[in-house]
Amino acid sequence: MVEPIQFTLNGKPVRLEVDGERMLLWVLRTELGLTGAKYGCGEGFCGACTVIVDGEPVRSCQAPIKTVRGKGILTIEGLERDGKLHPIQEAFIKHEAMQCGFCTSGMILTAYALLAKNPRPTEKDIRDGLEDNLCRCGTHTRVIQAVLTAAAEMKRAVQR
Amino acid sequence: MSGDNYPDGDRNEVNPTGALRRRDFLKTLGGGLIVVATLPLAGEGLLQEQQARRGGQSAPADFNAYLRVGEDGRVTCYTGKIEQGQGAMTVLPLMLAEELEVAPSTVDLVLGDTDLCPYDGGTVGSQCVRIFGPLLRAAAAEARVVLVEMASEKLNVPVERLRVKDGAVYDLAKPETKVTYAQLVQGKRIERHAAAKPPLKAPADFKVMGWPAPRRDAREKATGRAKYAGDIRVPGMLYASILRPPAHGAKLKTIDASSAEAVAGVRVVRDGDLVAALHEQPDVALAAAAKIKAAYDPSPSVLDDKNIFDHLIKNAAPGRAVAQGGDLAEGAKLAATTIESTFLNSYVAHASIETHAALVEPKDGKATAWVSTQAPFRAKEDVASALGIPSKDVHVIEPYVGGGFGGKSGNPQAVQAAKLAKITGKPVQVMRTRADEFFLDTFRPAAVVNIKSGLAADGKIVFWDYEVLFAGERSSQQFYAIPHHRTVVRGDTFGGGGTTGAHPFGTGAWRGPGSNTNIYARESQIDILAAKAGIDPVEFRLLNLSDERMKRVVRIGADKFGWKPAKAPSGRGTGFACAEYLGTYLSAAAEVAVDKATGKVKVIRMLCAHDSGVTVNPDGAVLQIEGCFTMGLGAAFAEEVHFKNGEVKDLNFDTYQIPRFSWLPKIEAVLVESPQFPISGVGEPAITITQAVLANAVFDACGARLFRLPMTPERIREVLPK
Ligand code: FES
Ligand code: FES
Repeated sequence: MVEPIQFTLNGKPVRLEVDGERMLLWVLRTELGLTGAKYGCGEGFCGACTVIVDGEPVRSCQAPIKTVRGKGILTIEGLERDGKLHPIQEAFIKHEAMQCGFCTSGMILTAYALLAKNPRPTEKDIRDGLEDNLCRCGTHTRVIQAVLTAAAEMKRAVQR
Repeated sequence: MSGDNYPDGDRNEVNPTGALRRRDFLKTLGGGLIVVATLPLAGEGLLQEQQARRGGQSAPADFNAYLRVGEDGRVTCYTGKIEQGQGAMTVLPLMLAEELEVAPSTVDLVLGDTDLCPYDGGTVGSQCVRIFGPLLRAAAAEARVVLVEMASEKLNVPVERLRVKDGAVYDLAKPETKVTYAQLVQGKRIERHAAAKPPLKAPADFKVMGWPAPRRDAREKATGRAKYAGDIRVPGMLYASILRPPAHGAKLKTIDASSAEAVAGVRVVRDGDLVAALHEQPDVALAAAAKIKAAYDPSPSVLDDKNIFDHLIKNAAPGRAVAQGGDLAEGAKLAATTIESTFLNSYVAHASIETHAALVEPKDGKATAWVSTQAPFRAKEDVASALGIPSKDVHVIEPYVGGGFGGKSGNPQAVQAAKLAKITGKPVQVMRTRADEFFLDTFRPAAVVNIKSGLAADGKIVFWDYEVLFAGERSSQQFYAIPHHRTVVRGDTFGGGGTTGAHPFGTGAWRGPGSNTNIYARESQIDILAAKAGIDPVEFRLLNLSDERMKRVVRIGADKFGWKPAKAPSGRGTGFACAEYLGTYLSAAAEVAVDKATGKVKVIRMLCAHDSGVTVNPDGAVLQIEGCFTMGLGAAFAEEVHFKNGEVKDLNFDTYQIPRFSWLPKIEAVLVESPQFPISGVGEPAITITQAVLANAVFDACGARLFRLPMTPERIREVLPK
């Protein structure tokens, strides 16, 4: 059923007339023109489609758009502020924590939610938190290093 | 790292300028990286020209095809290679910058655009650096010579007195007399050519190659700005969802598309076996396709993942000896012990996280196509023939590829998109679902290796009779000093070459084609022989090797790992293997723990000593080695395609398990240099040794020798010594 749905997307209000059963992933990737969230499996297994909804990592391929009504969505495109990359993005670049890059948005956003809840994660916390994000290229070692670096950076930024 | 058991390496530095400086630099890198530069060995490198020739006749000879000096002094590098994560876009500009004498930061790159880039056969088989590299370097070197000649005329200074630095030519006697490339070229094409092709720089003179360079695609990928084929949008486009048969070999009888067509805006197209639902929203097209009722005749296939090996053995192509020496019958007489083994390897999926995608936009009798492919020039032909237009009228633009691993060498999705675009007259995008991706994948072929080998009382291998079915020739030839040996190959590297229909679905190249199977089988057998001889696996290899380059990489690997000699199974869970892959020499050591109750394996650490001549981008090489080891854990322990009667049972990542964070061992890469050998690739070698070294480590841990991959907990439990 086509219905009006409102939410904030990367800090900006959005209002759509859309079938509420459609999955957020497709609406983001087409109507909203944000292709940073990727289709990897369509069934919640890979994490490539991860976005943040009210602070929680959500697999957008499994989230009917009506479930985000009134909520705040953050996608990879919204992580950069005023031309400045988020420390997690900086850390991924520094550690070259990507190869083909197809899992990268999902990795970064999952890490973002993880660090919001647990600003000083151990390596084990990071492995556990990212366990269900798949990467075929085998960037795992670098992703762990990047998240550790980002955590340290963010802590320093808070202290400053 | 300690252990002086296998001293070598560090002491033998020859190239104190480049190598030492580079090494100091590399110390600052993570990942346990160590670079060992060593004395040149006796032996000759392949001629660069010979390599260039292998790059294919169609690669253009004119250097202008590869580079262009802009009016602003920036240099654009053109390559038909693509970036699928392996670092091509980072490493290729380094090679160009080296020979042209410009700063790498002034080099821009155009990849995989068929209108702009020189013809290329495809980004496969670690060819970027190994085969395209010399072509690109030769082009840059010639351009440099021509530019110097032009400068000589302009400055009125003889060529001998001129030097080049950072894109400018200057007079050695009066450095202030200089002219930049940009001033010489003035944005025009360079019309002259060098009288003779200049030689490429020797590794000792490298200023750019061999130094770590940051990934060029990192920022785009970390910000979500990197575009892949499925991300491209053009006005008026339709998304197609294509009907998937229930099984390979099932014939479509009838379809009833009425409920799909009842969805507003949906159009259903049938063209022979191609049935698609199209809509301006991808998910609506997908949902509509699911409503198509189709009846199929059942697949005639009676094969499954259990009976497949008998079937393959019956249907293999006749044998072809690719290497032999001595006399096997003589060898058999010398043997005190003979060991015969059969190794099996399963079908494995590529499982790139990006599924195949393509967008074809026809316009005014021409077409533009964005395709996730490892072979854009092939895609150009494929799209042209599907559209029925000349291939010169098709422009393929290659966005980033979300992982290929050999699985994106054909372009069936581009052909489908082209056909649908032709029928509808609109731009059409096809992006496979994950289930389509598994079903239509060209799997790494299941394969069989038979080895009969004999051991003399002194621990020397005296004969080696090797036969490989369906994995092909690559890495099949043993490199030990065995007097009597034969290697027979039945079928090609991509799983073909047997009776038609030997495989119940498509097979093809998978990262390190053929070699994964061949190296697993050979190095397992070597370990079996070592155990039989009661000799430490590393010592046993050294005893039976004469190739100095291989011995060195074995010693360095063992040393850096801290290998302690012991007869296997020692219960410690350490394994070793060595291999050669398309010119790269490598060894690997691993430590695992096996839970004897469950059969589960935990890999604790892995080390790779990797000699690819000179490593053009050490950063990128380490990343590739880590990636190879991590990806290889899957094929070692879990990945196997289940199927029955043409049906593929694994259609998503719930049942088809690929490596995850919890599987991850500590990984170390040791880059070894052999500047006198041709530069070879880094994107594949380390995966080809992974299964071998882990199989040997599992044996050392618990005495379970696995003759079939993957080494699932059940299979390990079955052969655990009671
Ligand atoms: S695409 Fe959503 S979890 Fe894989
Ligand atoms: S970088 Fe390729 S899937 Fe993770």
